[in-house]
Amino acid sequence: MSAPKSSPESSIVLETRELTKAFGGLVAVNSVSIVVREGEPHAVIGPNGAGKSTFVNLLTGHLPASGGQVLFRGRDITSLPAHRISRLGIGRSYQKTNIFPTFTVFENCRLAAQSRLSSSMRFFRPARALADVNARAERAMELAGLAARSGRVAGTMSYGEQRQLEIAMVLATGPDVLVLDEPLAGMGREESERMVTLLKGLAAQYTLVLVEHDMDAVFSLAHTLTVMVNGTLLESGPVDVVRASQAVQDAYLGDGAEAY
Amino acid sequence: MSRLPRPVAIALLALVVLLAAYPLYGAWLFPAKHAFLMQKITGIMILAIMAMSLDLLVGIAGMVSLGHAAFFGLGGYMLAILSPEYEAANIWIVLPAALAIVAAVAAIIGALSIRTTGISFIMITLAFGQMGFYFFNDSRLAGGSDGAYIYVMPAVEIAGISLMNLENKLVFYYLVFGLFIGAYLLLKVLLASPFGRVVQAIGVNESRVKGLGFNPDHYKLVAFVIGATIAGLAGFLGAAQYGFVNPAMLSWHQSGTALVMVILGGMGTIFGPALGAFVLELARMGFEGMTEHWLLPMGLFVIAVVLLLPKGLAGLLLQLGAKPAPEPEDEA
Amino acid sequence: MDVWFFLIQALNGVQYGLLLFLVASGLTLIFGIMGIINLAHGSFYMLGAYTAYWLALKTGSLLAALVLSLPIAALVGFGIETLLVRALYKRDHLDQVLLTYGLILVFNEAQKLIWGSDVHAVAMPAVLNWSFPLTDNLSYPIYRLVISAVCAVVALGMWWVIAKTRFGMWVRAGASNREMVQALGINVKLLFGLVFAIGAALAGLAGAIAAPVSSVYPGMGDSVLILCFVVVVIGGVGSVKGAFLGAILIGLADTFGRVLVPDFASFSVYAVMAAVLLWKPKGLFA
Repeated sequence: MSAPKSSPESSIVLETRELTKAFGGLVAVNSVSIVVREGEPHAVIGPNGAGKSTFVNLLTGHLPASGGQVLFRGRDITSLPAHRISRLGIGRSYQKTNIFPTFTVFENCRLAAQSRLSSSMRFFRPARALADVNARAERAMELAGLAARSGRVAGTMSYGEQRQLEIAMVLATGPDVLVLDEPLAGMGREESERMVTLLKGLAAQYTLVLVEHDMDAVFSLAHTLTVMVNGTLLESGPVDVVRASQAVQDAYLGDGAEAY
Repeated sequence: MSRLPRPVAIALLALVVLLAAYPLYGAWLFPAKHAFLMQKITGIMILAIMAMSLDLLVGIAGMVSLGHAAFFGLGGYMLAILSPEYEAANIWIVLPAALAIVAAVAAIIGALSIRTTGISFIMITLAFGQMGFYFFNDSRLAGGSDGAYIYVMPAVEIAGISLMNLENKLVFYYLVFGLFIGAYLLLKVLLASPFGRVVQAIGVNESRVKGLGFNPDHYKLVAFVIGATIAGLAGFLGAAQYGFVNPAMLSWHQSGTALVMVILGGMGTIFGPALGAFVLELARMGFEGMTEHWLLPMGLFVIAVVLLLPKGLAGLLLQLGAKPAPEPEDEA
Repeated sequence: MDVWFFLIQALNGVQYGLLLFLVASGLTLIFGIMGIINLAHGSFYMLGAYTAYWLALKTGSLLAALVLSLPIAALVGFGIETLLVRALYKRDHLDQVLLTYGLILVFNEAQKLIWGSDVHAVAMPAVLNWSFPLTDNLSYPIYRLVISAVCAVVALGMWWVIAKTRFGMWVRAGASNREMVQALGINVKLLFGLVFAIGAALAGLAGAIAAPVSSVYPGMGDSVLILCFVVVVIGGVGSVKGAFLGAILIGLADTFGRVLVPDFASFSVYAVMAAVLLWKPKGLFA
């Protein structure tokens, strides 16, 4: 269900305009404006506490914004609840593994795929009889490299595999845009490499928005980059431009890039 | 998770057969108490229907209701209110009407209640349950705190031909037995359906369900109404059996007892709460026979079960009946 | 309806609310700090009432009975926490519900075994057994004022302990964030035991002091328990301040409900609760 690639001057898929979130007196995201174009992987980076996760939660409707706008293909989605945004085609994964641990891997993905039925208010036929839903679930497991794990109870798998499942579930919803919140968080080296390979494959098919700590991964994946510090946007644009920016160099990327 | 381990399935089937055949051997086994026991078992099956319906809310969808008896009682009261005083009501009218009213009330209470979660949900359902209790207790509708009698069983007829005579204890036993099994199967079918899968997922991780693009509130509400309506059916049967309704049917004690059956039996398994209903009621019968202070051993029994059986009776059965640990299918 | 009548009802409502607060504050703290839904909390109220009744008979002095019934309730509470509840902290809330439900049955039946099924009146101390005249034909029983005063003093004392002492700091830390208690290196077992014991003692005190007004009767803990749950939920689970306001609100709603809409008095309390929860699903001070 990925959108067709358009003209060279590719169209804007996701855009925020002065997006703001305050918790009481604390402004976690302060007037952040970014643009994500069709097929161009975009990364959001920043130190801990920069407001990245809050930003993702605003993008996907998991938190209500205090001000500003989120536009998806030109449509204002700022005040939509999470489930409506998911249905529009913005799939997200979570920083903290967020799966159904008592379900099998297949059932996790099947449920995700089932969410694309016009309604799941179907009461009397077994869910497993929905062939196209099953097919979508299986394809998502394959894409995420979990085909061999189909029957495993999700909660009993290794951490790395649970992260893969997290991605597989998003894929099973047939999204247009993938918003991935720290897909590499907490992973060992080998697991990370596998995940980066997976993400590279996905970048060819989906528009990726990636929140990540791992700089190597970010630079090998992203075309455009947004740097956030203390809830505000420091710089946003093509990776090379942002990397060269003096402000970013000073504040963030310089020698201390490995520091956190 | 949807299929029971073979030994457990066989054990449950054996219990069902025992239950189905009870009228055949009961008189021979317990000559002195047969009639009493048959009535008792009928009553327990009715409570089991209620417990299973509560499991849909508590064990499956994660909505712990302490007001479920309101729907049980309402179902019963509807029979009492809709029945003509000295003649038989037409079951094809009273039963659908009673269930429709229960469902409508549940839709309103449910829509308001599911705005809250956790302990607030427990309490708001308690509040609505108590409002239901006092509604029938304090108003002059249907006898107030004294309750009301249903003098004649509803008639089950088609074109004037009687299909079954509910006044006959044996017929009523099998009707309730059929509905008990039917309710179990209905719930199992629902759980396997796309709807059921979503509800089950809500019980495990509601926010994730939302993130996947479902609106959990819709599914919770429908589950709430289905559970309430099944409880209403149980209440209808209970009122028909005893020919009497009173506000105690709606009380929080009744809700609490149903919840105890669910937890004791094993939440989320459907068969567990049914088992819980039997064990709790039979234990009570046993203790009642031993001492007038039966609540004391009953309480100790409940405490012992919690401390010793973390997942209820069903958890114990499933553990005993589980296949030897499935070998981990290792990757290459 | 004249002003005096209103005043009397308001006094009654506040007195009832303060009494409910004593029970509900323990309930809310036990849930907030330990995560335990204690259905048996009403049993401590009953225990307090019956020990007061029994000790007043033995000693001939209600005051002595009141003073003695406090440590008894505290000890029973401490014992239950140590012997039973402690085993279930890591379990689902519902297991605790089931356990404490079992305890209710045991307590109710034990009460009948020990003290029988009759209703017993508890004599008021003679010094307090008079009424304060308001108008020619209206007066207000002084004992009810005493109840209010005692409850208010205890409430103030609780505020002081919670706001000003080291123990209170633990309690506040625990109520706002349960994990933090462990992180702060507090002796969690002791804290839990103490909170449970204090909660039991407060409920027992409420039962004991109310006994001359309410009499003692089987099952008296159950109705108080349900009302206190209402109070706790209205106030916001874990909030002592919320429990206080919730208790006063429910005390007034119940009292005025009884005189203004006698047919739907109990209904009114639950209607208030449903309204508050629909407005603020987590209670007033969550």
